[in-house]
Amino acid sequence: MSSREAILTRIRAALADVPADEVPGDVPVPRAYRRSHTEPGQDTVTLFGERVADYRANVTRTDQAHLSEAIATALTARGVSHLGLPDGFPAELLPSGDWKWHQEPLDTEALVGLDGAITLAAAGIAVTGTIVLDTGPGQGRRALTLVPDYHLCVIRAEQIADDVSDALARLDPGLPLTFISGPSATSDIELERVEGVHGPRSLDVIIVDRTDPERP
Amino acid sequence: MSDTGNRGVVWLGAPSFPDAAREALGTPQLRANLKRATGTIRDKRLAVASELGDWEDLRDTAAAIKQRTSRHLDYYLQQLEQSVTAAGGVVHWASDAADANRIVTALVQATGEREVVKIKSMATQEIGLNEHLAEAGITAYETDLAELIVQLGDDRPSHILVPAIHKNRTEIRDLFTAEMGQWGQAAPEDLTDDPRELAEAARRHLREKFLTAKVAVSGANFASADTGTVVVVESEGNGRMCLTLPDTLITVMGIEKVVPTFADLEVFLQLLPRSATGERMNPYTSTWTGTTDGDGPSAFHLVLLDNGRTDTLADTVGRQVLACIRCSACLNVCPVFERTGGHAYGSVYPGPIGAVLTPQLVGVENAATLPFASTLCGACYDACPVKINIPEVLTHLRAKTVEGKGRTAEALAMKAAATVLDSPRLLSAAQMAAAVGGRALARKGRIGRLPGPMRGWSDTRDTPAPPAESFRTWWRKNKEGDR
Amino acid sequence: MRIALFVTCFNDTMFPDTGRAVVSVLERLGHTVDFPQEQTCCGQMHFNTGYRPDAVPLVERFARTFASYDAVVTPSASCAGMVRENHPVLAEDYGPAALQRQVAELMPRVYEFTEFLTDVLDVTDVGARYPHKVAYHPTCHSLRGLRLGDRPERLLRAVKGLDLVDIPAADSCCGFGGTFAVKNADTSAAMLADKNAAVLDSGAEVLCAADNSCLMHIGGGLSRQGSVVRTVHLAEILAATEGATQ
Repeated sequence: MSSREAILTRIRAALADVPADEVPGDVPVPRAYRRSHTEPGQDTVTLFGERVADYRANVTRTDQAHLSEAIATALTARGVSHLGLPDGFPAELLPSGDWKWHQEPLDTEALVGLDGAITLAAAGIAVTGTIVLDTGPGQGRRALTLVPDYHLCVIRAEQIADDVSDALARLDPGLPLTFISGPSATSDIELERVEGVHGPRSLDVIIVDRTDPERP
Repeated sequence: MSDTGNRGVVWLGAPSFPDAAREALGTPQLRANLKRATGTIRDKRLAVASELGDWEDLRDTAAAIKQRTSRHLDYYLQQLEQSVTAAGGVVHWASDAADANRIVTALVQATGEREVVKIKSMATQEIGLNEHLAEAGITAYETDLAELIVQLGDDRPSHILVPAIHKNRTEIRDLFTAEMGQWGQAAPEDLTDDPRELAEAARRHLREKFLTAKVAVSGANFASADTGTVVVVESEGNGRMCLTLPDTLITVMGIEKVVPTFADLEVFLQLLPRSATGERMNPYTSTWTGTTDGDGPSAFHLVLLDNGRTDTLADTVGRQVLACIRCSACLNVCPVFERTGGHAYGSVYPGPIGAVLTPQLVGVENAATLPFASTLCGACYDACPVKINIPEVLTHLRAKTVEGKGRTAEALAMKAAATVLDSPRLLSAAQMAAAVGGRALARKGRIGRLPGPMRGWSDTRDTPAPPAESFRTWWRKNKEGDR
Repeated sequence: MRIALFVTCFNDTMFPDTGRAVVSVLERLGHTVDFPQEQTCCGQMHFNTGYRPDAVPLVERFARTFASYDAVVTPSASCAGMVRENHPVLAEDYGPAALQRQVAELMPRVYEFTEFLTDVLDVTDVGARYPHKVAYHPTCHSLRGLRLGDRPERLLRAVKGLDLVDIPAADSCCGFGGTFAVKNADTSAAMLADKNAAVLDSGAEVLCAADNSCLMHIGGGLSRQGSVVRTVHLAEILAATEGATQ
């Protein structure tokens, strides 16, 4: 008997107390919890910004008109110059200046040489202060936001879900997803929190407020 | 020893819990580290759990999802297998530790590689994968900072979440300075014991491994049956490195980690980080479904591990332990763990959850003191995000332990006590005898140090002498006539 | 209402004052209390140490002895918890169907003393006077087992002259745990040391609780340390009328 058959046989034997005609749906799962832990009428974009900042990430809010400027300000403050650029990142948002943009595809060696990467996001989660990447347009391969030491993420206000439930419903599980809540961190040594171990040590998030629907 | 003792969960030759605890209690540094650590996480957990007014509802749902899963585990595992296979992954089934080790070793050997990078994983620790790979000439590099500390020190983890919590910063500095060079990039010569510098040394030490490794081994926090999506929850980014950069990813997952749907993760991704590190969300959570062209590993193997889990499932009281999501909240609130630390449990699974999981995975006869390593104070049950009634399982396993031991001196004494206690007449007589005997032993109404089995009790506590008159005697004399 | 006192074997043998105090408080409140003499023990030691079959006759005895009462009141949170949580388990696993019914029928009428006062009799001021600085230790079975909440404190606050003080980390276990204190004596002693330090920190003259077992453990440690802090069951404080004009 293969291990597969052996395990499945043992499971069925172990579950002898479960009625033969019971189906999974017969086991009740109450769902009394709240889909969102935001308060009614709460400004979730502001909450998102506060919660991201709680992880000691830098958060900026801007609008479409000033986005390029905000990117320039963030990059200047960080003193970075070689930046990874994912496919699908809108070229018109890139500020002009001394920055060297390295377009994907980038091999590992090339990623190691970068100071950072700039991406869009797939979703945000206000209550937990999380950004989610799904490797879609403007987000790059997973390694792009991992190997370089700095990540600048641009997220649009309408991408921000209230809470985890709402966010998961917006995401496609078939894509590789990365949930990012602040810079990488460890508390392994005497529980003292240290930011930056293997992932980016610095995380900037720029929130782009909703624009007038008349002007895309 | 029965074959179940060979499942790798317990450390061979480990002393009994009371003996190991005594040794740990004699180490002031360890006790201070533990007290601080558990206290800190405990407070953080309480703060973020209380942010969610429906915390109890989330716990109820999580427990129910886990119950649904375990009652139909065969169904969900086959569904998971189908989903993962459809997404380009390969599913393997491992009956026990030896089976799993054989599968993983063969998979690594098939790539021709001699090195693998590893994400912290309880399942691979449980089966002793690193040691097994080493025998096959394959070096496994632990990449979680705490696991790196444990590995460099040829040590054992003492906590599920922060495995090196028994070591202080100076010990870690010394270890890095002495050992890192033997494994790869050495520590800087002027390394201090600042945690920031230590983390930086680990970053540099491991970076070359991440960038060159072709094979990674991970565990899994969850896998959703409907979509075949596997989830790893972490903080440092070492997990992302392992899941993203190598060509081949091998994930070893206990069969109880499957959840029915991707949507169910909304419950666990709220409960786990808040219960574990006391954060609203951990820094990184990665999910993947099979393989993705042009991104991440081109080969993905999922090894489904039994290793005693089906035995646990067969116990209708004990099976609730399979709901565990390894958050370690029970360790941090446990007054016993806080004093003894994790090593005393003699198993990769320490603390209250270890006391109920280890004996079930390896058989109670191979971990007989663990179900007794608790005052049944119930703090673990309150803290558990999936509502495992740990005290209930503890007393259940105590009964199984006692049953297996047969006629011991303790059993005979208990039998005798039961006879006395089932008879008001004998109880009265015993009370009178105790009053006489107790008063003979007592000075100023207190009984001091005693020999024999009561030594442990009486070494640190006085016992009041039994009163001359029991309550029932008093009642008979003073109240009975009134009625 | 026919009230029975379940004094528990431990209080019966070691702390008869506690039983007398329960009787005294209830009588002061105008109730008659009976002490059915066939009662012995709830079987907690046997159950918690793994000797379940040995506890079954005690479950049967309990159900038989108290069947005819409207309320069974006990000055022990851990014994009340044992009866309510584990008698049904034992009855189901070992007993005949008749015992299961008997146990199920009796369970809702079994009360820990402070529960009975606050929930059934709906009183918090029991007419006690106790001019001392008192700390309350919520035993694990009071706090997490029966979830007594602030019932004991409400009763204590209504005691005239009583100064209720907090113990740091009050919710942590004292380390007694029944046979744990013998089987894991070193760990138990380490927990006790921390608990006693907290008790001394509180500045209390008297430490009270709803379980004499934990109090014996804590008091035994305090006594060995030479401390003058006394341990007194909560019921005895509620029965006290120290300095009151009669």
